[in-house]
Amino acid sequence: MKLTNYITLFAVLFAMASSACMQSNNNGALGGSAAEKVYVAPGEQDEFYAFLSGGYSGNLTVYGLPSGRMLKEIPVFSQFPTSGYGYSEETKPMFNTSYGFIPWDDLHHPDISQTNGELDGRWIFANANNTPRIARISLETFETEEIIEIPNSAGNHSSSFITENTEYVVAGTRFSVPVPQRDISIDEYKGNFKGAVSFVSVDEESGRMDLSFQIMMPGFNYDLGHPGRGDSHGWFFFTTYNTEEANTLLEVNASQNDKDFIAAINWKKAEEYIAQGKFTTMESEYAHNVYDEHTHTGTSTMKKEVRVLDPTELPGLVYFLPTPKSPHGVDVDPSGEYIVGAGKLSASLTVHSFSNMMEAIENENFDGDAYGIPILNFENVTAGQVESAGLGPLHTEFDGRGNAYTTFFISSEVVKWELGSWEVIDRKPTYYSVGHLMIPGGNSREPFGKYVVAMNKITKDRYLPTGPEMEHSAQLYDISGEKMELLLDFPTHGEPHYAAGAPASLIAPRSKKFYQLEDNEHPYAVMNEGETKVVREGNSNVVHVYMSTIRSHFAPDNIEGIKVGDKVYFHITNLEQDFDVPHGVAMIGANTSELLIMPGQTKTFLWEPEKVGVWPFYCTDFCSALHQEMQGYVRVSPRNSNIELSWSLDGE
Amino acid sequence: MKTSKYLMIGGSLLLLSLFVMPMWNITLKAPQYPDSIGMNIWINKIEDMNPNDIKNINLMNHYVGMAEIPEHMKEFDIFPIVIGSMAALGVLFGFIGNKNLYLTWFILMCILGAAGMYDFYLWEYEYGHNLDPKAAIKIPGQGYQPPLIGVKEILNFTAISKPLMGAYLMFVGMFMTLYAYFYERKLEKIEA
Repeated sequence: MKLTNYITLFAVLFAMASSACMQSNNNGALGGSAAEKVYVAPGEQDEFYAFLSGGYSGNLTVYGLPSGRMLKEIPVFSQFPTSGYGYSEETKPMFNTSYGFIPWDDLHHPDISQTNGELDGRWIFANANNTPRIARISLETFETEEIIEIPNSAGNHSSSFITENTEYVVAGTRFSVPVPQRDISIDEYKGNFKGAVSFVSVDEESGRMDLSFQIMMPGFNYDLGHPGRGDSHGWFFFTTYNTEEANTLLEVNASQNDKDFIAAINWKKAEEYIAQGKFTTMESEYAHNVYDEHTHTGTSTMKKEVRVLDPTELPGLVYFLPTPKSPHGVDVDPSGEYIVGAGKLSASLTVHSFSNMMEAIENENFDGDAYGIPILNFENVTAGQVESAGLGPLHTEFDGRGNAYTTFFISSEVVKWELGSWEVIDRKPTYYSVGHLMIPGGNSREPFGKYVVAMNKITKDRYLPTGPEMEHSAQLYDISGEKMELLLDFPTHGEPHYAAGAPASLIAPRSKKFYQLEDNEHPYAVMNEGETKVVREGNSNVVHVYMSTIRSHFAPDNIEGIKVGDKVYFHITNLEQDFDVPHGVAMIGANTSELLIMPGQTKTFLWEPEKVGVWPFYCTDFCSALHQEMQGYVRVSPRNSNIELSWSLDGE
Repeated sequence: MKTSKYLMIGGSLLLLSLFVMPMWNITLKAPQYPDSIGMNIWINKIEDMNPNDIKNINLMNHYVGMAEIPEHMKEFDIFPIVIGSMAALGVLFGFIGNKNLYLTWFILMCILGAAGMYDFYLWEYEYGHNLDPKAAIKIPGQGYQPPLIGVKEILNFTAISKPLMGAYLMFVGMFMTLYAYFYERKLEKIEA
C-alpha cells in the first residue's frame, strides 16, 4: 500500500472515531432525548406524583415526575403562614404535645398507604424526628389530618414505615433514653437507657391512628426500618447502630463494633402476646391530634397509657441479624425474601435471606444473645454480599424486575445491582453526596420501575449560587433500560431524607376540588350572607365575627363597637363552590399569619386590637377582577366607650 | 288505519319525555373553566349542568350587572300544562283517527313551539340586556344575550345554546304525527 493510501485510511479512521465521539456526546445526559423524556408540554400533566420529605422544613413537598416541577408544599409539622396552618385557631391543636405547643419538627420518611402490599394512594404518613410524632396526610385533600405523639421515645428516625396492609405505621428510637424518664447520670447509659419501638395501628376505614403497643428494646440507636412483605409479612426489620451503647463522641465510640444488628421483630407474635395479656401498662402522656374535615377543626386529646412488651422475656418476639458497620437503610425486596442492610461505614452491602433467617431460628443457630435477645449466626442468615459496590451505602430501592438500586453517600453514586447474583450492573454519579433515593412504589410488592430520584445532601455548584445556603439538589434517572440515564437535575425544598411516589392515575382522580358548603359543620360557619353577624359574649371582651367571603367582598365589611382590649375572633367562611377559588384574609396589626380559606371552608384568626382607630383588613389572594376592592374596616373605640356593636355590608 | 293511529298516539306521547329530561342547554366555555359551566333548561325548572354551575354563572355575571338566573318563572307553571294537554289531545285525536285532526294537532304544536321559542328569546334578551346601572364592569354597547341556538362569542366566553334529548324526542314525536297525516292521505288515495 502506498503511503498516500495509509494517510487516507488514517484520515478516514480518525474522522469516524471523532464523529463517533461526538455522537456519544450528543446521546449523553444533555442530549435531546433526555430533554424530551422530561418535557411535559404546557397543559399536559406529569405521570407520577413524588412526595419528598422536607427534613428541617417540617413539611412535605409534592413534585411531578418526570418534569421535576414542584406542585405543592403540604404543611405537616411546621407552622405555615402561607395557609395559616398552625396559626389559625382550628389548626393550633395539631401542634399540641406533652411538651406543649411545638411549632416545628424535622420530617423524614414519608410512606404511602398500601393494600396487599401495593400502593392504594389513600394516605401518606410522615414522621417527626425531634419531638417524636407521626402524621397522617389525606391524599384527597392533601391536608394533615392527624398527628400522634410517640411517648418513651427520642429521635423518631426509624419511622413512619407501614406494613403491607397499613395495619401499622411504626416508630423507633434513634436516641435511647431512660424509660421512664428520670434524673440519672448520663454515664449510666448502659442497661438503663431503652429504645422503644412503637406499633401504631391504622383504622382500615378512617385511617385513625392509635398507639397499639411498644416493644422496649435495648438502648441501641434504631436507625431505619422496613416491613416484610409476601412470606415475610408479619415481620418488621430495623437497623441498629451504637450497639456499643456509647453516650459520648459517638462518631468514634459507636463505630467500634465490626457488626451491629438488624432487629427482626415478629409483630404477629407481638399481637399474640398482647392478646394473652403478657404486657405491662405503663403510665405515660402523649398527645393525639385529629383534624375533622367537616368541622374544619383540629382537637387535641392527651392519652395516659401505653401497653409495653419486654422482648427479653418474651421468646420469639425479636431476633438480631448481625450486619456489618453501622447499617443505615434496611430494605426489603418486592418478594419479601431479601433484606438488604446498608452498612454505612462499609464498601459492600449485606443481603440477608428471610428463608435462611427462619431456618436459623428453627435450628437455633445462635451466636449468643444481647440482653437475652438471640443473635442469629451471620453465616446462616446471609444470602450474599454486593462486594466493593461503592463507599458508604445508605439506602436501596427496587424496580420490580429483579434489580436493586443503592445510594452511596461517600462515593456520590447510584449503583444498580442484581438480586441473586449480587453483581453490579451499572453505576451513575450523583451531584453530590446522595442520601436516599426513590422509585415510585419502590418500597412495595409492585414497584413502578421507570424512574429513580436521587436526593442529595450537597449542592455546591449545580445551580446559580444563592449565597451560603443552597437548596438540596435532586437528580432523576431513567431506569427503564439496562443502563441508567441521567435525565434531570432539580432543586428541592428543605432537606429531603426520603420520598414516596405513586402513579398520577392512583391519586389525581380522587383529589378533592373543594369542600361542600352544606357539609361544613364548623360551629361558627355561615351558609349565606344572611347569617353573618357580630356577637359579644355577654359583657366580656370576647367578640365573635361570623364573616363570609364571596367574589369580591367580605360580609360584613364595616364593623363598629369593638373596643381596645377585646379579643376578636374572625370566623371566616368562604361561600364559593368552585375549584381553586380561595379567599385570603389579613388584618393590620394582628399578631398572626394570614388565612387562606378554601371554598366551603371556615377558618378563624384572633385579633386583639390595642389602639383606637379605624383598621382595615383585606383579601390576600388575588381572587377575581375586583380583588383589589375586597377589603373592609373595623372601628376600635376606647375601652369605656358606649358604642354598640354594629355591622353592615353596603349600608345593610 | 291502524298504522297512522299508532304513529299519532306514539308521537303525542313522546311529548311526555319533556317531563323526565331536559329540553335545552346553554354552555359557557372559557380557558379558566376547564370543565365548562352551564345550565339545563326543563319545561318546569333550570338546573346546574354540573354542581354549582348556576351559582358560579351568577357570580361571574354580577360583575357586568346581570340579574341572577331565576329559580322560578311563570313559564314553569304554563309549559307543563301546555305539554300535558297537547299530549292528551294528540292521544284523543289518534283514537278518533281523523287525518285532518292529525294535521291540526301538528300545526298547533308548530305554533306553540314557535311561541315557546319566541318567549325563550324574550327571556334571553331581557337576561342579556337588563343590566344593573351600578355594575362594576360596564362596556358600552355590549349585550350579554346568549344565542337562541348555536354558538356566540360573548367577551371571554363562548356561549353554546342547543336542544337536548327532551326536545329531540319532541321533534321526533311531531314528525311522527305529520307522517301519520301523509300516510293516511296516501292510503285514502290508493283506496279511492
